[in-house]
Amino acid sequence: MAALLEATDLAKTFGHLTAVNGISFTVEKGEVMGFLGPNGAGKSTTMKMLTGFLRPTRGRARIAGFDVESQAIEAKRHLGYLPEGAPLYVDMTPVEFLSFVAAARGLDRRASGQAVERAIDATHIGGVAHQSIDTLSKGFKRRVGLAQAILHDPEVLVLDEPTDGLDPNQKHEVRRLIRDMAPGKAIVISTHILEEVEALCSRAIVIDRGRVVADSAPEELRRRSRHHNCVTLTVQGGDPDAVRGALQAVDRVARVEVAGTGPVTATVWPRDGVAVVEPVLQAVHRQGWTLVELAVDPGRLDDVFRSLTTGDADLEKTGS
Amino acid sequence: MTGLGAIFRRELANYFATPLAYVFIVIFLIFSGIFTFYVGGFYERGQADLQPFFTFLPWLYLFLVPAISMRLWAEERKSGTLELLMTLPVPTVAAVLGKYLAAWVFTGLALALTFPLWITVNVLGDPDNGVILAGYIAGFFMAGAYLAIGSCLSALTRNQVIAFVLTVMLAFLFTVSGMPIVLDVFSEWAPDLVVEQVASLSFLTHFNAIVRGVIDLRDVVFFFSLIALWLVANVVVVESQKEAG
Ligand SMILES: Nc1ncnc2c1ncn2[C@@H]1O[C@H](COP(=O)(O)OP(=O)(O)OP(=O)(O)O)[C@@H](O)[C@H]1O
Ligand SMILES: [Mg+2]
Repeated sequence: MAALLEATDLAKTFGHLTAVNGISFTVEKGEVMGFLGPNGAGKSTTMKMLTGFLRPTRGRARIAGFDVESQAIEAKRHLGYLPEGAPLYVDMTPVEFLSFVAAARGLDRRASGQAVERAIDATHIGGVAHQSIDTLSKGFKRRVGLAQAILHDPEVLVLDEPTDGLDPNQKHEVRRLIRDMAPGKAIVISTHILEEVEALCSRAIVIDRGRVVADSAPEELRRRSRHHNCVTLTVQGGDPDAVRGALQAVDRVARVEVAGTGPVTATVWPRDGVAVVEPVLQAVHRQGWTLVELAVDPGRLDDVFRSLTTGDADLEKTGS
Repeated sequence: MTGLGAIFRRELANYFATPLAYVFIVIFLIFSGIFTFYVGGFYERGQADLQPFFTFLPWLYLFLVPAISMRLWAEERKSGTLELLMTLPVPTVAAVLGKYLAAWVFTGLALALTFPLWITVNVLGDPDNGVILAGYIAGFFMAGAYLAIGSCLSALTRNQVIAFVLTVMLAFLFTVSGMPIVLDVFSEWAPDLVVEQVASLSFLTHFNAIVRGVIDLRDVVFFFSLIALWLVANVVVVESQKEAG
């Protein structure tokens, strides 16, 4: 089956500024793709092109097999979109607004009623359903925007920062909602919250200055962190220099840092991010020290994010 | 067309969801009354008809209609809701028409609310109600023409004040091009044909023709083709903004 969402070499220039410079990817049914990148990287601009709001300078996008340009109406039927900042008709109430969107999408009265009710339930805005959107808090506005996007149960969802401005409970709710919908849809979300990518996305694309700099599963991405498989342990019985010496001698250990004198805490960075926890433990045993604490770092996404988008070599993995 | 009806209903309801509708209608009615009874010399003329009202209506519209049309697209662009609207499965033509028709119906409603004037002249005398009806039809066309210009210009900017000023200026040009002052300037040196062309472009020429009580097909065609032309331009402007965002 063809991918539900397809971007081919999308590019956009505004005057002299190249906001997006050749971005390609596909999103299959069941995938949740996280769109990451620093401010101004071109995430929203890419989404605007995906959804047909902006005409690309180059390249094209397809939604459910329909070209966003030449088969715009068909493509948009299969699309739910939450634009950046969740713009809404603020003079309406959520029910009025959602009913309008349903009508504009061609739903008849009964289908519209059901769809509106379902969307209101899913986004937990029942309590404010008849209050003017103008008077809603930021988080509720965002949820109304989300309700609008999922109203017609579209196959493709493009959500620009869907959890921005939500409290932790609502963030959790929205993530659960997205996860629940995921199996039947292709979903793209942009976010600045890296934990969200880990919690939600089956795939992450990092863009920087309009180009894709990474495209892989979040765990894969995390493995590129200099902290990946880094072992932190606290031992009793040896002095700091002995501990450093013993651990440094372990095969494939790149660097050791120690701290403390009673119990000594050591941090061990492996070469090339390989797993070194077992040889490290054996070394501790051989010395007859007591292991008090042990932790293995899976790697930190924010690290990888920074190294990918600032080009800062210092943050790259040790020894690679 | 999908979505046209939904957009039309939303827009029309929206006028009444904000104070805009009420402010507009009240101001429109107050000025209509002032123009008809005081400025227009209603009592001095000793004649029971609405001629003074229809004489001033184009000038009243010149400032009030752009106040309605200025927000049609500029507001949506400014607030970002255009992004919602343009990513719905609705053709741009349907969005343009839905918004335009709602605005036109709304101004028509305001015009209809001047019916106390009509009742007054009927109480005071025995006017030719056919002529009055023609006047109202002419007024409705006039509002429609101003609105079409305003809607198109509103799509050019995200600033409502700019949209207002541009619309007043352009509508003014379209209106005065039929005035004797302007035509005299041309008639001094230009051939009659040119003068006729300039006059035939004027709203006022066609408006006055209908107000006199004769609904000539040519005048109707003029207004409709002018409206259609500006709305096509409106669609083109909205579409072209996909380039710039
Ligand atoms: N309509 C426009 N006209 C001119 N420049 C634009 C326009 N829209 C976006 N840009 C520029 O394009 C670049 C990318 O913007 P974009 O909004 O896509 O970034 P983003 O990745 O979504 O950032 P953020 O994380 O802050 O939301 C920015 O430099 C921005 O200033
Ligand atoms: Mg953005």
